[in-house]
Amino acid sequence: MDGAHDLGGMHGFGTIDRSQEAHFPQDWEERVFRLTLACGMLGKWNLDMSRAARERMEPAHYLGSSYYEHWLHGLELLLVEKGLLTPGELAGGHARDGRTFDPVPEDRVREILERGGPTLMEVSQAARYRVGDRVRIVNEHPRHHTRMPRYIRGRTGEIVSHHGAHVFPDVHATSGEKVPRHLYGVRFTGEELWGRGCSEEGTVVFVDVFEPYIFGIVD
Amino acid sequence: MRNDDHEHGLTHHPSPPGEIERRVQDLEALLLEKGLVDAGAMNRLVDIYSHRVGPQNGAAVVARAWTDPDYRKHLMADATGAIREMGYAGRQGEHMVVVENTDRVHNMVVCTLCSCYPWPVLGLPPAWYKSSEYRARAVSEPRAVLAEFGVVLDPGVEIRVWDSTAEIRYLVLPRRPGGTEHLSAGELAALVQRDTMIGTALVEAP
Repeated sequence: MDGAHDLGGMHGFGTIDRSQEAHFPQDWEERVFRLTLACGMLGKWNLDMSRAARERMEPAHYLGSSYYEHWLHGLELLLVEKGLLTPGELAGGHARDGRTFDPVPEDRVREILERGGPTLMEVSQAARYRVGDRVRIVNEHPRHHTRMPRYIRGRTGEIVSHHGAHVFPDVHATSGEKVPRHLYGVRFTGEELWGRGCSEEGTVVFVDVFEPYIFGIVD
Repeated sequence: MRNDDHEHGLTHHPSPPGEIERRVQDLEALLLEKGLVDAGAMNRLVDIYSHRVGPQNGAAVVARAWTDPDYRKHLMADATGAIREMGYAGRQGEHMVVVENTDRVHNMVVCTLCSCYPWPVLGLPPAWYKSSEYRARAVSEPRAVLAEFGVVLDPGVEIRVWDSTAEIRYLVLPRRPGGTEHLSAGELAALVQRDTMIGTALVEAP
């Protein structure tokens, strides 16, 4: 999805503000953090679904709101879409039918965090590409969630690593199905990405690219 | 989105003050009432990421790599395993890669699509790492970004930017400063600040 979240290379932003060191400068931000993680542990959605929900914010709203407001938007959307809250409950702030779930208890938190969500999978298909191959990225603009940033589409890079096969986010964000796809580290020169005269000398960008994002080998 | 428009160092808030606070308080009360979240579990989550997990973990990994050649070899070949051996693993660090700075190469890490960051070794990302400014600019003008952070490198040094677009998480192994040969791993770890492991700062000699 070509949303406002896909920021790589966008112009017009100012200097980077490094004055804020607190993780949660405001109380509500800490609440959004803990609510998002606690609800995520219920297992009703996955990380790619969370990202997709945040990305669906209207672009002007996304760019004009703070980080944890993105999280709040995504959390509210998923709670309703996955049927944990009704739109009426969310709007009214009160449960219609009382306590209906079992939350993840405190004593399971550490174990859940330590397990994390590994994405490496076994796969029967061999990798189509090898380290050293020069490949071109597809120029496709899917309307669903994808982890193929706009700035690499149609560009040529060199495969520098093969990370094995990982859960393919484009499918995982939609159906929740864990489909393995080979994942490669691809090296792009600044000049290839931004054009001669528009890139800094001696800079390269490495992007982790799933096999379906690759159009083919460039001779 | 100019810097002086920022409130609290983050991007500006369009919502009237108090509105988002109320919205979040109401949501939390509703989720507690429904039994979807547990107050103790939520306090535990905040405690872990506010006090227990942070860049001191990554600094211990770096200091050990500087002082133990076998560990360094292990770390470069299998970062996930080598970092787990130090007791750091799990959410947002399931698949780790360490990239090493040298006199010819400088690495820096970004997530242009969201804010992916290696939580088990660095904790939660700083506000600037999640900002639109950093996410937009790090890939297209890394030298300018580094200069803002006070890092000016020789033009001959290649700058490698790692965009965390999948579930691989990157940790920069910074260069060990000269004149620190006599320091222990513990003393070295104290020199390794968070930003040096994201790649937006260099480790300074004491």
